[in-house]
Amino acid sequence: MVTTTEIWRWLEEVSDPEIPVLTVVDLGVIRSVETDGKNAHIVITPTYSGCPAMKMIEDQIIEKLKEKGVVNCTVALTLAPAWTTDWISQEGRNKLREYGIAPPENEPDKTVLFAKPTVVPCPKCGSSNTRMISLFGSTACKAHYQCNDCLEPYDYFKCLK
Amino acid sequence: MNQAQVEFVLRIADDSLILGHRLSEWCGHGPILEEDIAMTNIALDLIGQATSLLNHAAALQGEGKTGDDLAFLRFDRDYRNLLLVEQPNGDFGMTMMRQFLFDAYRTILFERLQASSDEMIAAIAEKSLKETKYHLKHSSEWVIRLGDGTEESHARIQESLNTLWRYTNELFYTDAVDEEMHRSGILPDLSDLREQWEDTVNRVFQEATLSIPTNNWKQEGGRKGMHSEHLGYILAEMQYMQRAYPNMEW
Ligand SMILES: [Zn+2]
Repeated sequence: MVTTTEIWRWLEEVSDPEIPVLTVVDLGVIRSVETDGKNAHIVITPTYSGCPAMKMIEDQIIEKLKEKGVVNCTVALTLAPAWTTDWISQEGRNKLREYGIAPPENEPDKTVLFAKPTVVPCPKCGSSNTRMISLFGSTACKAHYQCNDCLEPYDYFKCLK
Repeated sequence: MNQAQVEFVLRIADDSLILGHRLSEWCGHGPILEEDIAMTNIALDLIGQATSLLNHAAALQGEGKTGDDLAFLRFDRDYRNLLLVEQPNGDFGMTMMRQFLFDAYRTILFERLQASSDEMIAAIAEKSLKETKYHLKHSSEWVIRLGDGTEESHARIQESLNTLWRYTNELFYTDAVDEEMHRSGILPDLSDLREQWEDTVNRVFQEATLSIPTNNWKQEGGRKGMHSEHLGYILAEMQYMQRAYPNMEW
């Protein structure tokens, strides 16, 4: 008999293809897990509309569960409610920082126009004396920043809500 | 099948698809690395939105087609995108101006569509809005930077505005399709769309020291499948593989 608790634990062994330091559970893209004790049904949601990693995440989940003995696993994609960076776990945020990616800051972000760029502390030295280089970074979910003190260039996992 | 609903979804989907394709032409040609990455990221968001929307349109049609069939196997007259989004990239400023005029409109549209009675449209709108806000922030900042920049950047982006302004009236195009969508609650009230759009545009142009052209000659037709000569070239490139090697996948 397989339980949902077990499946959740196994999913913590599946890492995000683009930010391998995070598991798909840390990232908050797993929306639900169901099982009748033998088969599993898992619902995932994309981070961004065009996220190219979704197919790979789906394949990796099926692969992982097969490895654990769940032969019949289906994965469905849902768009609502829309993913937000609020769903990244606290542990995920710590892992990001250690990995050198600044985790999402709590941005008010309601007045998009004319707003000053968010202050994002440097993940290397902790300084808040940093600057935004570009609103778009190496993947859709990141912006590009640089520390003015230690000069470290780094990715910022930008706030999406 | 609700013909008007399919038509309505295709209009939004094709805007994303064609603009996404246009932006992706910048891949490897951006003026600086950061902007190369930014434009291709925005293109990726748009193609992602188009995928969701075209899949939805195909499901509504119920003819057994997929979203890919709709993207790659329709003829030019079957595309419903705005003339604005098919206009050539021009220089970087032209691309940013086109993007800004579109993003300012798209943000309002998606905000409202979150309340659509079509749950799939509402879900796609909620998701896309978060992305579109970043696009608008990016494009408006470049319009300001170039407009309020050097003499040359100002002159060139003003020229881009002069060229593209004629396509902006079409953002507010409505016909029987929209009326039916309003009646069924699929399209919430948009009567203040122009007013809201003008508000954003005016604020940014004031900041950018740009002036709106006084020439009021306007062009439209995209919503009815009447396109400029540019769309055919886009489709030729976009559809080549599927036309040459039907059903190919990778
Ligand atoms: Zn630092």
